[in-house]
Amino acid sequence: MNTLVFLIPIALLLGAVWLGAFMWSLKSGQYDDLEGAAWRILNDDDKPLPPPDKDDRSRKS
Amino acid sequence: MTVCCPAPGTDIPVVPLTGDEARHWITSAGPGRSRIEFIVPEANCVACIGGIEPSLNALPGVVSARVNLTAQRVAVVWQDGAAEPQQFMQTLADLGYTARPFDPRENGVLSEQEEGKALLRALAVAGFAAGNIMLLSVSVWAGADGATRDLFHWISALIALPAVMYAGRPFFSSALAALRHGRVNMDVPISLGVLLATVMSLYETLHHAEHAFFDAAVTLLFFLLAGRTLDHMMRAKARSAISNLTLLMPQAATIVENGMARIVPAAALKQDMTLLVAVGERLAADGVVVQGVSELDRSVVTGESVPELVQPGTEVQSGTMNLSAPLTVRITAAGQDTFIAELMSLMAVAEQSQSHYVQLADRLARHYAPTVHTVAGATLLGWLAYSHNWHTALMNAIAVLIITCPCALGLAVPAVQVVATGLLFRRGIMVKDGAVLEKLSLVDTVVFDKTGTLTLGQPVLLDGRDVAPRAMALAAGLAQHSRHPLSRAVLRAATEAGIAPAAVSAMQEMPGCGLEAQVEGKTVRLGNRLWCGLGEAPDAPGMEFALTENGALIHIFSFEDELRPGAAAAVSRLKAADLRVVLLSGDRPAAVARLAGLLGIDDYHARQTPQDKLARVAALQAEGRKVLMVGDGINDAPALAAGFTSMAPASASDVGRVAADTVFLGHSLLAVSDARALAVKAQKTVKTNFLLALVYNALAVPIAVLGFVTPLIAAVAMSTSSILVVANALLLGWRAPLSIPLPAAPRPPVGHKPEDDSMMPLNAPPQAAE
Repeated sequence: MNTLVFLIPIALLLGAVWLGAFMWSLKSGQYDDLEGAAWRILNDDDKPLPPPDKDDRSRKS
Repeated sequence: MTVCCPAPGTDIPVVPLTGDEARHWITSAGPGRSRIEFIVPEANCVACIGGIEPSLNALPGVVSARVNLTAQRVAVVWQDGAAEPQQFMQTLADLGYTARPFDPRENGVLSEQEEGKALLRALAVAGFAAGNIMLLSVSVWAGADGATRDLFHWISALIALPAVMYAGRPFFSSALAALRHGRVNMDVPISLGVLLATVMSLYETLHHAEHAFFDAAVTLLFFLLAGRTLDHMMRAKARSAISNLTLLMPQAATIVENGMARIVPAAALKQDMTLLVAVGERLAADGVVVQGVSELDRSVVTGESVPELVQPGTEVQSGTMNLSAPLTVRITAAGQDTFIAELMSLMAVAEQSQSHYVQLADRLARHYAPTVHTVAGATLLGWLAYSHNWHTALMNAIAVLIITCPCALGLAVPAVQVVATGLLFRRGIMVKDGAVLEKLSLVDTVVFDKTGTLTLGQPVLLDGRDVAPRAMALAAGLAQHSRHPLSRAVLRAATEAGIAPAAVSAMQEMPGCGLEAQVEGKTVRLGNRLWCGLGEAPDAPGMEFALTENGALIHIFSFEDELRPGAAAAVSRLKAADLRVVLLSGDRPAAVARLAGLLGIDDYHARQTPQDKLARVAALQAEGRKVLMVGDGINDAPALAAGFTSMAPASASDVGRVAADTVFLGHSLLAVSDARALAVKAQKTVKTNFLLALVYNALAVPIAVLGFVTPLIAAVAMSTSSILVVANALLLGWRAPLSIPLPAAPRPPVGHKPEDDSMMPLNAPPQAAE
């Protein structure tokens, strides 16, 4: 019985945190473009690598 | 990065986006920032994100540019004064994308989005509540009693009350609306069951009783909301895909005023203005030609496949496309008085005369709700007579209402519709509304339009392979400078055969006759027989070109309006399913008869005006037939609206697409027979679902009436019936009667060839009938 005093609030709190997170993500438009989100990860938008400096070359040789 | 899918019609006039006109589309995005959205129909692959976003972000003043692949839109936020929306459109145009500003209020997209979000929020709240209450309920069922049970019931009540109030709103408001109109729909028993379960449980909790039904009320809402949200998402997706097809049709026009040409919005056109119509442009108003000789493509308007010769004095109609030479037109009617507007009003009348169709679920609800309420009332009276205890009698009566709360019935239809419309959507068939599937399954007559529906509305060269390479090269050389549909067909055939067009000089286009040019010092003509000095051909006027060199015949090119792929198969399947197939066309009798013979359609009518088509469809319906109208043109729109239900290809005119209930994106006409076959199967599944739900009620109600229902029994019974119904709906995808294959690669690979046509079917912009 004593453990319930802690466990029930914890369970409810975790649920409430999830609910809050979901509401926030919905409001910020994260579910507006599910199609695009799936493809964006494949987009090759990396910035070009910085020119290798001397350290790199010395290590290679 | 290469443009993934170049704009098909670079000749489409760009709508000017300056001054007051632009205000319409711009919204505020925080202090000092503005936001605008563009519809970019070609933005359909990952390469587009990489192409569009960096280019727009590089513009000075742009805060953010984001592509939405689902809706095919681009949203740009910029610092006020630092950039102009016109620049964004220019940048998109430079990249090869056609863009048009998007007004979120149009077609109710905004309210639809809001509705979807509200449903999702309600679903999340119901899910949260259902999870936590079930946790507590399981403890109670497992044997918690005394103070612990009371505590658990109280916590459940604390969660359930606000959750039911919030998550139940979609059902309560719909039930209220129905009751206010003196009708009963499925939401009435649902709302009643949920509310009674909550109130009764609260009363029981107050009196330290053993049973509380909070879990039943909340789980019920959760299941039903899940079904409803999926249903909404599916339909919103289809509708947004259709509304994106609306391109930059004649929204702007060029007029001549005091010797100066000026671009004005189409809405500002008035009678007696002088309109300049460039080659490739569609007329924005009705009028009379005052200057110029050209040919007009009237296929979208009349269904006629052969271009019509126009000269000063000829009356021309809005929506037709100018093919060979610039025209000057004096406007005789604009805006509300044009030919198109006239058809629109015909359409509105046809729509109004449609009797309101009541869906099967609502018809069932009309019988279901009174029956259930009678049983509950009888239970109350029976127990009162038997035990003389108000509390027991009331509790048992309410238990009957809870256990009969139509969870499975509420899911029976949406679950099937989500699966069925999803199957169709992936094959490029967009169903606008849930009731459409039901209507499709009841159809017993299919009426087809010819040009653009049974055919592609695009002539192709017959026996292209038999033409001598030299003849083909000469013809292609002349044809490449013309917009005439037959010239285009010659050029396509030459490209397919890998023959390079010959170099020509002194090219001249004689509207209504053909093309003339100098090749290696000789006069070469490509045109009709009469003009080429061969005499008029007796049949198929206009569907052939003669090629002559210094008056000597080299070759006769014959063309035919290409049959839409799958047309024959679709027609034979529809006939095999005992449907009556009718062909109504605005084209010449010879062309219609030939096509009807080819497809095996016995019932055909040529030279049909829009009014004739409407009258024929109305007559068929008056006979008690349920007509599926399949058409694409402006001339089909009234008939589309009058039909019991209707379909249009994506290449249809804007008006046609709006009028149709279902739009298919691919080329294949098998979409029609597939949609019909799946609708029939879906309707069968709906009926077995109803049967399952009713069997469940038949078993559960006696238990409730006798007073044996506990929350545990209620939870198990309700969940089982819901799961059964959903599983049955999912079976629909198994051996679905669909013959259109899924697109092999739904998205084009990154950086594919710009001129690749193979990826056109899905998400393709409409191909104007040119």
